[in-house]
Amino acid sequence: MPENGPLSRAVLEGPDIHRALTRIAHEILERTKGAGDVVLLGIPTRGATLAQRLGGRIEQFEGVKIPVGSIDITMYRDDLRLRPARPLGRTELPSDGIDGKVVVLVDDVLFSGRTVRAALDALNDLGRPTAVQLATLVDRGHRELPIRADYVGKNLPTAKSEKVKVFLQETDGRDAVLLIKEEAR
Amino acid sequence: MNRHLISAGDLGKDDALLILDTAEELARVSERSIKKLPTLRGRTVVNLFFEDSTRTRISFEAAAKRLSADVINFSAKGSSVSKGESLKDTALTLEAMGADAVVIRHSASGAPHRLATWVRGSVLNAGDGTHEHPTQALLDAFSMRRRLGGLEGRKVTIVGDVLHSRVARSNVLLLGTLGAEVTLVAPPTLLPVSVGSWPCEVSYDLDAVLPKSDVVMMLRVQKERMNAAYFPSEREYSRRYGLDRDRFAKMPDDAIVMHPGPMNRGMEIAAEVADSPRSTIVEQVANGVTIRMAVLYLLLGGETA
Repeated sequence: MPENGPLSRAVLEGPDIHRALTRIAHEILERTKGAGDVVLLGIPTRGATLAQRLGGRIEQFEGVKIPVGSIDITMYRDDLRLRPARPLGRTELPSDGIDGKVVVLVDDVLFSGRTVRAALDALNDLGRPTAVQLATLVDRGHRELPIRADYVGKNLPTAKSEKVKVFLQETDGRDAVLLIKEEAR
Repeated sequence: MNRHLISAGDLGKDDALLILDTAEELARVSERSIKKLPTLRGRTVVNLFFEDSTRTRISFEAAAKRLSADVINFSAKGSSVSKGESLKDTALTLEAMGADAVVIRHSASGAPHRLATWVRGSVLNAGDGTHEHPTQALLDAFSMRRRLGGLEGRKVTIVGDVLHSRVARSNVLLLGTLGAEVTLVAPPTLLPVSVGSWPCEVSYDLDAVLPKSDVVMMLRVQKERMNAAYFPSEREYSRRYGLDRDRFAKMPDDAIVMHPGPMNRGMEIAAEVADSPRSTIVEQVANGVTIRMAVLYLLLGGETA
């Protein structure tokens, strides 16, 4: 469970996350004119959960069931050699694949942009979408690559030394986004 | 995880499960149209084979290539080894070429262990003498888990030439770690003296063990090693220890049949048993590539000391 000491501060609570996802779902519907060709691909672990939620939200609003999957980027990371080999997440593509679709990548936090770069490489090996867009619950800045999000839940100004941690009901038992000062670790 | 993979006994339960879980995700790569990952770009894997083995070598080669590693194949025939070079000098040569991993198959038990003291890269044992073949045990465990769902408490019977079988020894160690109950069935002449200290049961009566087995693994009768009259005739061996149609019928309905290959049809296993839907023999080959990818990724994919 998250530590709620003086060094960590909740920047988004459950209802805020709910509203942010609702807005992103509407924006996706608007920008893709009804989400006809859209495939949502979440980046494990929490991006995949968020993609499921967005898919549910879109179905609820428009009555269209859009394909939702996940894309693990571990094998495509550029920092693999800096740490011991890590366990792999799940890549699960919808049965129709991603060729000719509009893929919306979903992640919890957009930071350096390196995860998204890895996801773009992974996508390249999986098929050829007509377009790739990016949705993120939190954009905390400090990009190291020319990458930006198309849909943002919350723009969060942070210091580079701070940590942003996302908790979701499905994996962590509650919904929250915490901003943690470096000393907290 | 250890830097080397020399014995299945070196793997703790967490390590073994991590390899199986990694393989489970990597199995999906084999199903896509681009079966390649960039993970080991710039790493060099040397296949050092002092003994003939086409299937293990190409399996390791396919695994390394799917992870984008460079593969150098070194077989003893027609190489410096046939000119009398020692294992140590060969190792130092590979070291100088910058091998990140050496996959070694050798007729002498313990050769990979020695090699590991001479090279800086990872050493993967692809079969040493009558000692061990850990990636075979891992792929067998992976194949069982995919068919049966889990290994805890499962009854695995390994039948045949245990004495000369590195596959049997590695399987006993690994399956024990994973919580399966192993029974070895063989003629007394084909069991090693030390078998009493292995974490498994021993039986001489196949028919008694079959009805309570979830997995029956048949070992190849290694004709090249049958030099001391271990059994009276092939016909008698086949009668007593071969898996024919009648014995197959005694197995539980959901039990599976495995064989590490290459098999002698009609000898240790009847053709119709080998080709039955409950046989995993072909799957084992595909799973071999997957499990070797997982091992190479976990040994070489991260930071290396």
